[in-house]
Amino acid sequence: MTPIEYAIEIEGLSKRYRLGQSGHKQLLSDVLRAITKRHLGKKEAQAESIWALRDVTLKVRSGEVLGIIGRNGSGKSTLLKVLSRITKATSGKMCINGRVAALLEVGTGFHEELTGRENIFLNGAILGMTRREMIEKIDGIIAFAGVEKFVDTPIKRYSSGMRLRLGFAIAAHLEPAILMVDEVLAVGDAGFQRKCLKAMDDMQSRGKTVLFVSHNLSAIDNLCSRVIWINNGRIEKDGPPDEVIRAYMSSFAAADKQTYDFRTLDRKGNGDARFTHMEFMTRSGAPKDTIFSGDSLIVRLHYKVQEKITQPHFGFKIYTETGDFLTEVSTWGTGFDVGELSPGSGHIDLAIDFLNLMPGHFLVSLWVEGIGPVWYDVLEHCASFDVEASNYYNSGRGIESRFGLIFLPGFWSRDATGTIPRAVVSSPENG
Amino acid sequence: MSDREKLVSRMKSALAEFWQYKDVFYFLVLRNIKVRYKQTLLGISWAIIQPFMTMVVFTIFFGKFAGIPSDGIPYPLFTYSALVPWTYFAVTLAATGNCLVSNANLLRKVYFPRLALPVSTVLSGLLDLAIASTVLFGMLIYYQVDLSWELCFLPLLVIPLAVLTLGVGMFLAALNVKFRDVRHAIPFLVQLWLFATPIIYPVSIMPERFRPLASLNPMTGLIECFRAILLPDRSIDWSSLLVSCLVALLIFVAGLLYFQKTEAEFADII
Repeated sequence: MTPIEYAIEIEGLSKRYRLGQSGHKQLLSDVLRAITKRHLGKKEAQAESIWALRDVTLKVRSGEVLGIIGRNGSGKSTLLKVLSRITKATSGKMCINGRVAALLEVGTGFHEELTGRENIFLNGAILGMTRREMIEKIDGIIAFAGVEKFVDTPIKRYSSGMRLRLGFAIAAHLEPAILMVDEVLAVGDAGFQRKCLKAMDDMQSRGKTVLFVSHNLSAIDNLCSRVIWINNGRIEKDGPPDEVIRAYMSSFAAADKQTYDFRTLDRKGNGDARFTHMEFMTRSGAPKDTIFSGDSLIVRLHYKVQEKITQPHFGFKIYTETGDFLTEVSTWGTGFDVGELSPGSGHIDLAIDFLNLMPGHFLVSLWVEGIGPVWYDVLEHCASFDVEASNYYNSGRGIESRFGLIFLPGFWSRDATGTIPRAVVSSPENG
Repeated sequence: MSDREKLVSRMKSALAEFWQYKDVFYFLVLRNIKVRYKQTLLGISWAIIQPFMTMVVFTIFFGKFAGIPSDGIPYPLFTYSALVPWTYFAVTLAATGNCLVSNANLLRKVYFPRLALPVSTVLSGLLDLAIASTVLFGMLIYYQVDLSWELCFLPLLVIPLAVLTLGVGMFLAALNVKFRDVRHAIPFLVQLWLFATPIIYPVSIMPERFRPLASLNPMTGLIECFRAILLPDRSIDWSSLLVSCLVALLIFVAGLLYFQKTEAEFADII
């Protein structure tokens, strides 16, 4: 018998979602309204629909580790949902060889009132483990999660970290032929994320087929043998990781650099406030075309408010070009009271005293949230900027991307006694 | 023909899947049972308190004050013998009707046979039914009723009762995904159904011409059969039981078909 060559074969797969009030008909009154409209000869407003996936054709070999990247709302998660049969494709053919375990969330179906042990069985069964398998593996799962002491305590007493570890421990003990993971790694601390990546690496070495959706491009680059980039529901590019990641990254760079326009981007949040665009400016308010290491600059975030908002908080995040999270600065963290935003347009400025980044290409994410928390607008990786080398030390050296990510302004001295003199350097030019 | 073949193959694959996912059913039933009375003071005794207190209230108001006849049987016994299966039906129907919506996150995030949710809800209700029945036997002894050999039929009678509950429950659960009106309609529906079923009153006080209509309510034949088995001087009305079982089966098939027709889009619209 020849081994099954392809774990997944899909052809012309499309998925349409209906949007808007007329699509869902959540309430009986909507149906009645639609019927009366039809009888009165009025046309029902065309149900708005979006194609989350459009004509996707893909073959995944068994044993292959396929990374799936793309912006929010591009259709990555929908693809996993269709492949794992959570939802049905609108059209197209799909053939899957082998048992699938899809991990769209850690600890799905955990019940607060049940103990850790009871939840292991319930969650394991839901993810496709048999009772016998679980009896064999339960000790391993408990040890992996490190919850030995609390295994007979209801999980409502667990910390969120314990819950996460337990959920992942169960998932790591699954033995599916095909594993699909959606952005699970976005949660948890660095140690947990390393553990997850290690477990996925093990899956691969045991010859499992893995589909991995993530914004963490360096994880994708490390784990995957092949990457597809999904854009607007279509496969934009398919190939070796570095090639596809580079193409994906350059799609950000192609965006207009001076004013970053966000109005048409896909985003999360309820839309009560929305970022419209962003500008980099010098301290004196002039547009800033080039950003140097060590610069002092202002980031101006323009927004539009629909509903009156009190006490919102704004956040600005920087990622490396491979998607590693570098830093965040928020109004909450700095204790800045934004006050009240009334409907209309406005802007908020973030002054950065000293941009301590080495030259390179960086990504920006923005968010604005309110008490609750409610998310008004969340833009992941919505913009990118380049940092250029500056002559900070007047040595013409030392500030290059090969020296790392972070620019740590330092001063050396030898055989010094008493107070160590500070570096005396010229303030960096504002370009 | 191809339609029928399609239906047969769909049923077959559904059964195969049932088997593959049997542990999910098992653990969902276990979960429902364990969770139901967690962090309650009275625990599982709620399974007795509900029908029992209803019986007390019915006896005082309908038996004593309103003087509703009970075919010569002590009214508490008369009404409790019907309230035991009825409470199972009413409580389980409400739980089944809401089982998809209350597990929305599960539907959105994992694949498993969607039927596991209503089926496990209906099965886990059976424990309460068994517990409530023990009190029934206590009452039979208290009223010195001779227990007949027909009692062996009692567990069999639970089958059409559960099938009926599942049938209506599946339909309501699937409808609930689309229209949340169902959640509000269920208690109302259950209340109306209570009065349409001979629980408070005997069939004998119904005018003759309404009886065929009443027997279309599958709960009528089932409840009357429960009473015939438990209480003295009553014999099983086989024709009415047959009609009830057929109607229950019909409702079950209709509920199943509707459920299967709509389940593909549960995750999208819930």
